[in-house]
Amino acid sequence: MSHLPSRRGLLFGTAAVSAGALLAGCTSNEKSDDEQPAANDQPAADDKPGRQVTIGFAGPQADHGWLNAINENAKSRAEKYQDVTLEITEGSNDTAQQIGQIETLINKKVDVLVVLPADGKALTQVGLKAMRAGIPVVNLDRIFNTPQAYRCWIGGDNYGMGLNAGHYIGEKLKDKPNARVIELAGLDNLELTKQRTQGFDDALKNYPNIRKVARQAAEFTVESGQAKMAQLLQAQSEFDALWNHDDDQGVGALRAIEQAGRDDFLMVGGAGALSAFQAIKQDDGVLKATVLYPPTMAASAIDLARALGQGKGVGGLAEFEIPASLTLYSAVVDKTNVDQYMPTGFE
Amino acid sequence: MTQPVSPPRGATDKAPPAGPRPAWSTLVFRADVRTLSLLGVLAALVAIGGITKPDEFLDTRNLQLVLTQASVIGVVTVGMTFVITSGGIDLSVGAIVALASVWATTVATQEYGFGGILFTAVLVGVGCGLVNGLLIAYGGMVPFIATLAMLASARGLALQITDGKTQIVTVDGILDLGERDAYVFGVPPLVLVFAAVTVIGWLVLNRTTFGRRTVAVGGNAEAARLAGIDVRRQRLYLYLLSGLCCGIAAFLLIILSGSGQNTNGNLYELDAIAAAIIGGTLLSGGRGTITGSVLGVLIFTTITNIFALNNLQSDVQQIAKGAIIVAAVLVQRRTASTT
Repeated sequence: MSHLPSRRGLLFGTAAVSAGALLAGCTSNEKSDDEQPAANDQPAADDKPGRQVTIGFAGPQADHGWLNAINENAKSRAEKYQDVTLEITEGSNDTAQQIGQIETLINKKVDVLVVLPADGKALTQVGLKAMRAGIPVVNLDRIFNTPQAYRCWIGGDNYGMGLNAGHYIGEKLKDKPNARVIELAGLDNLELTKQRTQGFDDALKNYPNIRKVARQAAEFTVESGQAKMAQLLQAQSEFDALWNHDDDQGVGALRAIEQAGRDDFLMVGGAGALSAFQAIKQDDGVLKATVLYPPTMAASAIDLARALGQGKGVGGLAEFEIPASLTLYSAVVDKTNVDQYMPTGFE
Repeated sequence: MTQPVSPPRGATDKAPPAGPRPAWSTLVFRADVRTLSLLGVLAALVAIGGITKPDEFLDTRNLQLVLTQASVIGVVTVGMTFVITSGGIDLSVGAIVALASVWATTVATQEYGFGGILFTAVLVGVGCGLVNGLLIAYGGMVPFIATLAMLASARGLALQITDGKTQIVTVDGILDLGERDAYVFGVPPLVLVFAAVTVIGWLVLNRTTFGRRTVAVGGNAEAARLAGIDVRRQRLYLYLLSGLCCGIAAFLLIILSGSGQNTNGNLYELDAIAAAIIGGTLLSGGRGTITGSVLGVLIFTTITNIFALNNLQSDVQQIAKGAIIVAAVLVQRRTASTT
C-alpha cells in the first residue's frame, strides 16, 4: 500500500482547516440576532439531489485491504446519491495502463475525475491533460507533481500518523522513567514510511524519559510483519511500547508476539483494519490503539467531485467552492471510541 | 569446476556409496570441500552474531527462531534444487505459495478444519506444479517462460480469491502448531517438517534412480535420452516435486503467520535460487546439493537475524547482504578450485 502525502498538502490542509475554524469562530460570535452573514448562503453540497454528475474513478489494483476499501468506499458513496453516475475503471498498477484508462474517461467526457494514481509523479501528465480538457480532477492520496494537474487534492497524513502515535504512546508512558519504545515500520523504499517515522520521532522528542531503542522495517505484508516482529522481540527482551505502521503487517506482528508469549508492553497500530479494531475492542491483548489512515477518503473524494460537478461548496465551510487541498486527520482509535470507527474498518 | 556427471550407462540403480571408482570419490570429496566452505561462512556469521549480540544471538530461543524462519523458504529451496539440478528453473514458487496459502485459508476451506487446509495447500501446490511440468515437458515451453506465466497467473488468481483482503485463520489446530506449546523437545514442528523434507530430498537426490536421472538430465539431456531415460517424464515429475514443496511451504506459512494473504511468498523465487546457487548447485544443471542449499538458506536467515538483532536499517541490510553473497561465492570458488 502506498499513500502519498506531501508537506504542501499538509500545509494547505492545516491552513484550510484553521481558516475554516477561524471563520466559523468569527461568524458565530457576530450578528447573532441580525440576518445571516453572506457566507452562509453559499450553495453547499448536501444530500438533496441536484444536477446530474458523471464521475470517472481510476484507482490502482486493489491488491491490499486498504486499497480494496478505497474502491468500496467510492462505490457505495456514489450509490448513495441519485444524481451521481460512477464510471469506475478496472484498477491497475501499470502506469501506462492507468494513463490509458484515464484518457478513455476523458474521451467519454465525464464531468469530474477522481484519480488515485498508481504512481503520482508518473501520472501527472494525464492529470494535466484532463484539466486542460476542462475536466476537473480530484487527486486522491498519492499526489501529482504539480497543483496544475488537479483541482483538489485529498489524502491522508503520514507524518500526522507518526505524530499521533508518538503522542499517544508518550502520554501513556510519561510517568515511567527510562521508558523504551520500538518501531515496526513499513516498506522502507517508500517516502511515506520515512514521513511516518519522522512524525513518530518528532512526537517522542516531547517526552525526554522515552527512548526509541529499535526500529525494523517490514513490507506491509503479514508474512514480513511476523518475521520482523519475531526478530525485534528476540532483540529487545524488555520494552514498554511498540508502534506498528500498518495493521495488515500487524496481523503478523501480533502472531509473533503471541508465539513469543509476550504481553509486557502496549502496542499501537496504523491504518485502521477491522481486525485491529476488533482486537482493540476485546482488549485482551497488547494492541491498545491504532492511528487512522482512513480509506473513507475515497467517499469524501466522491463528495468533493459531486460538489465540483454541481458548482457548490462544502457544507460546514464558508467558501463558495471546495478547497484546493484537504489533509485528513489521523485520529487515534482506542477502546473509548472504537465502536464509532468499527464500520470503517477494512479487511 | 563444471563437471557434468556422465549419464549412467545401464545399471543406474546401483552405485557404490564409497566406491572404488576414482571419479566418484573425487566428487564426494569436492562436495565435501564446498560444504565445508559454506560451514565456514556460517561459522563466521555465528561468530559475528555472538560477538555483537552475545545475549540475544547465542540463545536457544534465537536458534529456534532462525530455524523456524528458515523452514518455509527452506522447503521451497529443496524443490528448487531438484529443478535447477535438472537444468531447469522455477520462477513460480513464490506465486504458488501465495495461491496455495490463500486457497487453503478461504472461509469455505477453513470449515473443513486442519485436514482441509493441509489437503488444499498441498493439492494446489501439486496442481500448479503439474501445469508447469506439462507445459515444459510436453508443451515444449522453455522453463523460464512457462513458470513466468505461472507466476503471473497464480498471483492473479490469489488476488482474485482474496480480493486483496487478509484471510485470518481461526482453526485452532493450525494456530496451536505455531505456538511454543507445540514444540517437540524444544524443536518447533515447522523445523521438524523442514528437517524431514531435507533428509528425504537428500536421499532422493543422492541415493535413488530418480536423483541420478535428475542429474543426468541436467548434465546432458540428449545423452540422458540416448541412455534410455524418459527425459520428458522426468521433467514433469521434477516440476510436480517443486509444486509439492511449495504446497508444503504454504502450509507451514499458514501455521507461522496464522493467515493467508496474496502477497505471501514475495520474491521467494529469487531467495530460493540464490540459496541453491550459493549452496553449490550449478545454475546450468548437472550438479545439485541439498546440503549446500540448506546451508545457503541458513546463511541467509542468519544474516537477516544478525542484522535485525543489531538494529541495522533496510538500506544497510541490503548492501551488506549483496556483499556477503559475493563473498560467500568467492570463498567457495577458491576452496573448490584449489582442490
